[in-house]
Amino acid sequence: MNFPLPSLVAVSAANPWTYVLFAVIGFAFGYTLEMSGFGDSRKLAAQFYFTEMTVLKVMFTAITVAMVLLFGAVGLGVLDFSQVWVNPTYLASGIIGGLIMGVGFIVGGFCPTTSLASASTGKIDGMLFMFGGFVGAFLFGETEKYFDGWYTNAGYYGRLTLDQVFGIPVGAVVVIVILMALFMFWGGEQLERIFGKKDLSKEPKLRIAGAAALFAAAVAVLAIGNPTLEEKYNKVKFTRTETIEQLNADPIINTYIYTADEMLENRLVFITPAEAFKAKYNQSMNPVYLDVRSEADYNLYHIENAVNVPLDRLTEVIPVLLSEPPANTVFILMSNDETAAVSAWKTLVGSSVPNVYILEGGVNNWIAFFGKDDKTLQPAPNAGDDQLGYIFPAALGSRYESCDPSPIEYEKLEFEAKIKLQLKRDKSGGGCG
Amino acid sequence: MTAQTKRSIFNRPEKTYVHPYFGGLVLGIVLFLAFFLTGNGLGSSGATSRIDAALVDAISPSHVDNTPYLLKLAGGDKNPLDDWIVPVFFGALLGGFTSGAFNGRLKFMTTKGPNISNRTRWLMSFLGGVLFLYGARMARGCTSGQALSGGATLAAGSWAIMFAIFGGAYATAYFVRKFWL
Repeated sequence: MNFPLPSLVAVSAANPWTYVLFAVIGFAFGYTLEMSGFGDSRKLAAQFYFTEMTVLKVMFTAITVAMVLLFGAVGLGVLDFSQVWVNPTYLASGIIGGLIMGVGFIVGGFCPTTSLASASTGKIDGMLFMFGGFVGAFLFGETEKYFDGWYTNAGYYGRLTLDQVFGIPVGAVVVIVILMALFMFWGGEQLERIFGKKDLSKEPKLRIAGAAALFAAAVAVLAIGNPTLEEKYNKVKFTRTETIEQLNADPIINTYIYTADEMLENRLVFITPAEAFKAKYNQSMNPVYLDVRSEADYNLYHIENAVNVPLDRLTEVIPVLLSEPPANTVFILMSNDETAAVSAWKTLVGSSVPNVYILEGGVNNWIAFFGKDDKTLQPAPNAGDDQLGYIFPAALGSRYESCDPSPIEYEKLEFEAKIKLQLKRDKSGGGCG
Repeated sequence: MTAQTKRSIFNRPEKTYVHPYFGGLVLGIVLFLAFFLTGNGLGSSGATSRIDAALVDAISPSHVDNTPYLLKLAGGDKNPLDDWIVPVFFGALLGGFTSGAFNGRLKFMTTKGPNISNRTRWLMSFLGGVLFLYGARMARGCTSGQALSGGATLAAGSWAIMFAIFGGAYATAYFVRKFWL
């Protein structure tokens, strides 16, 4: 089974258990915060006078434990990281908002969730913080329009993780974060000894074993590494439905599950030039034509609006393809015939890019279909597999007539529609939004 | 302090808090399970603005239509409360209450530094709540949604926000020390 479970990624009235599940998660969250002492503002504020570092210890233990388990599960291939919500980076509003939160933290003595633990146990200051929170969130909604452009755009990097920032494997980041956290725990305890007059010899010895276990787990995450592209590709499943009309009854709907290789064998991801062309004029989708041929071939002839990404540079653009394109984006891959496009399809599908299709017969088939009347394009008799099957008088790029067929001339085209939009989960389904 | 001598509701003996590292371990496992099962982490401040949006939508729907931020949450036939974070919010309230009840910590009191009056503390906690949630909505998440959840997924922006929160608090701590010390 592949986690996270698709039926649980968002609450939905169709599946009322999702509300219960999220309420249980919230319950465990609130319970843990209260039992750690976060219902008491003095414990939280003490963090900022170095007398008691409970906030730091609880927070960083939680972050590091969750991080090790999370990236361990990703490395073992049971958790699909592309389906895990990663807060998109908005550097400017994040940092300014963070500084404001810091002031609110030390003035009010709580953060939003700890104020819930406090208010629910009868603490009047916790209730007032929570009430103030409703006012603050309301004020933000009222004033956001004055800086909407800055809020939406300044320092926007999309889905960006620290391993990408530093260009090192994610396992290495996990080890570094654990080492940093252990150092902070040690430093925090020293501060408690100095400022809080705490006797460290009374602290449980078990914490040292815990630190060692955490470090060992981080090294294991580094050793496991990430599942290879091939492993991820082999786990991808596609769902297709077939509707059989009945004469005097409801139609029968059959659902089939295919592996990626079966999708290729049954040619379910190959779309005809007609369908690829018509996608441009289909309101429900946003086609992106990815031309994976060499730059030289691309300059000779390419379809209007096609983006040239030579096959050997495809992996560079995957983060862009993954980072929140509109959910109805359809990627249409093409090479001269099909070989390079199929190879590109496997890479993108293995990387969890949704809605990827291949132009059937490639650019050669496109020309055969839309450019058959163009006398300047002469068939090249000796073209090998996945080479251009035509001789071009000049490298005109997309300025041949058949690169951008007339929507009026080709208004009526018959084709069997293969594109089945798989809408990614709603962006608001994730994060604190 | 009178509050500490008061018996708790249900008369249960007050227990001590768990060790911070143990609390962190349990919280980390909860956070991991949330990600593992649902793909979402933890959070709460999003629910605050969604409840706000629902209230505004009930009182003055036309105001929602004129406010871009509210429009995103409650525009048209969107129900701002139909989001995973809302059950998490109410679950957290119930979870905090349950832990307080089991451990004898349910009592009406004010937690504050020794040298300020209850009234000052109340005013400050209200103001702190206003500021914190204003900042949390600007940063698109609070200590839970950004620092904790984003920190565990190694989101670059969340780490920047985490350092900004601690930076802002440490920078202000000296000036408000009479509230706490």
